[in-house]
Amino acid sequence: MAYPPAVEAGGKQAAGKAVITGPDLTRIVDRMAHQILEKTDGARDCVLLGIPTRGVPLAHRLAGRIHAFEGVRVPAGALDITLYRDDLRLRGARAVGHTDLPPGGIDGLRVILVDDVLFSGRTVRAALDALKDLGRPRAVQLAVLVDRGHRELPIRADYVGKNIPTALSEQVRVRLTETDGTDEVRLEATA
Amino acid sequence: MIRHLLSAADLDAPTATLVLDTAAELAGLAGRSVKKLPTLRGRTMVNLFYEDSTRTRISFEAAAKRLSADVITFSAKGSSVSKGESLKDTALTLQSMGADAVVIRHSASGAPYQLAGWIDGSVVNAGDGTHEHPTQALLDAYTMRSRLGRLSGLTVAIVGDVLHSRVARSNVLLLNTLGANVTLVGPPTLLPVGVDSWPVKTSYDLDAVLPTADVVMMLRVQRERMDDAFFPSQREYSRRYGLDAARMRRLPDHAIVMHPGPMNRGMEIAAEVADSPRSTIVEQVANGVSVRMAVLYLLLGGLS
Repeated sequence: MAYPPAVEAGGKQAAGKAVITGPDLTRIVDRMAHQILEKTDGARDCVLLGIPTRGVPLAHRLAGRIHAFEGVRVPAGALDITLYRDDLRLRGARAVGHTDLPPGGIDGLRVILVDDVLFSGRTVRAALDALKDLGRPRAVQLAVLVDRGHRELPIRADYVGKNIPTALSEQVRVRLTETDGTDEVRLEATA
Repeated sequence: MIRHLLSAADLDAPTATLVLDTAAELAGLAGRSVKKLPTLRGRTMVNLFYEDSTRTRISFEAAAKRLSADVITFSAKGSSVSKGESLKDTALTLQSMGADAVVIRHSASGAPYQLAGWIDGSVVNAGDGTHEHPTQALLDAYTMRSRLGRLSGLTVAIVGDVLHSRVARSNVLLLNTLGANVTLVGPPTLLPVGVDSWPVKTSYDLDAVLPTADVVMMLRVQRERMDDAFFPSQREYSRRYGLDAARMRRLPDHAIVMHPGPMNRGMEIAAEVADSPRSTIVEQVANGVSVRMAVLYLLLGGLS
């Protein structure tokens, strides 16, 4: 999940400028799937865990593309990090999302965390804390659709869809067909 | 989210549903090897129990500990209450110790409302006299929803000592909010005066109610609160309002049997009913921890 939250569904369509459009987004996901296959020895012993909200459909898309390219079934799930956030005290209590792990757990597997936007890195830190309570993966990697910079923690992604330099005053809004009815990434000025 | 949970009436339908949904997600924690979340690290919850309790006190304690809150347990026995300290002075002591949440059980109806006016933290009513017990209603609703898939449109019979039951009052309020239909069943002496103004049906005949019930909730006969003869004998009560195996067969196949505990086996519920697959009594206890975690998270998880 982006920080601040990337999208409210049904938001204004016209604001800001589009940086990734539908067909480009598909190509980017395809490339990331290939990179994962390349870097993980054909996606052996891997599991893709999406961070709600938009990391989850991205994880499933990557799993689908990996299967289409090489016929490997990589389990895709969800990892909710709400209860591990470091900003709970600064904002109101949020609804808890769903965590969905493969039936065998994550012990000894290579976990690839999937999120839409990498920003401060705090979401990823929370995800690492959450993983620690769920088992002991062999390795953890990070795949993000957009890296917008402005890290506040020593965290980097292993697979980046697109680097988009931004100003702190801008917002990256990711829309996906599964959650928002369309594939698009926009850069918007914060009101 | 609200600041205190004093009455089941504090919860509107979306908030109550949020609590149940949050509890459903938190229930997954029970199956993990590390049963702990860091969410309420550094927060302090005080269990302030002026009445005896096993289930509720332990359940709140487990819920708080699983969320990493610090728990201080206070029971009236062995405290300065036996030296005559008032509730207000005890509250001010807790306040100065910096309690973020106080879970209170008290024999006086309304005590949690008083307490909420004296301290800055959140107050959770864990049972006040014969008034309310909102987290019990939430865990009952959670149990019904997880067993039967829904709450809206369910027919729930609450049977027995309604007069002294805070569980019944909270359940009536919450189930009504969530769209279930409640029938209160009991001898006329154990149905409260003015029950006709509640959003419920009433009946004196358990056998007539059973065939259409989706849920039967048996209440404990609270002899410790009875200062009068409300029924001629235990045996007669049990014959008319006790749930035995023969009565259980009158229920539809999908119906479940609930009891908030502690049970008087052989009185309001027969042992073979309490131990049957229809009974959710053990489940209710496990669900209680998840529901109370959800309540504590939603009350304390946000702005400090």
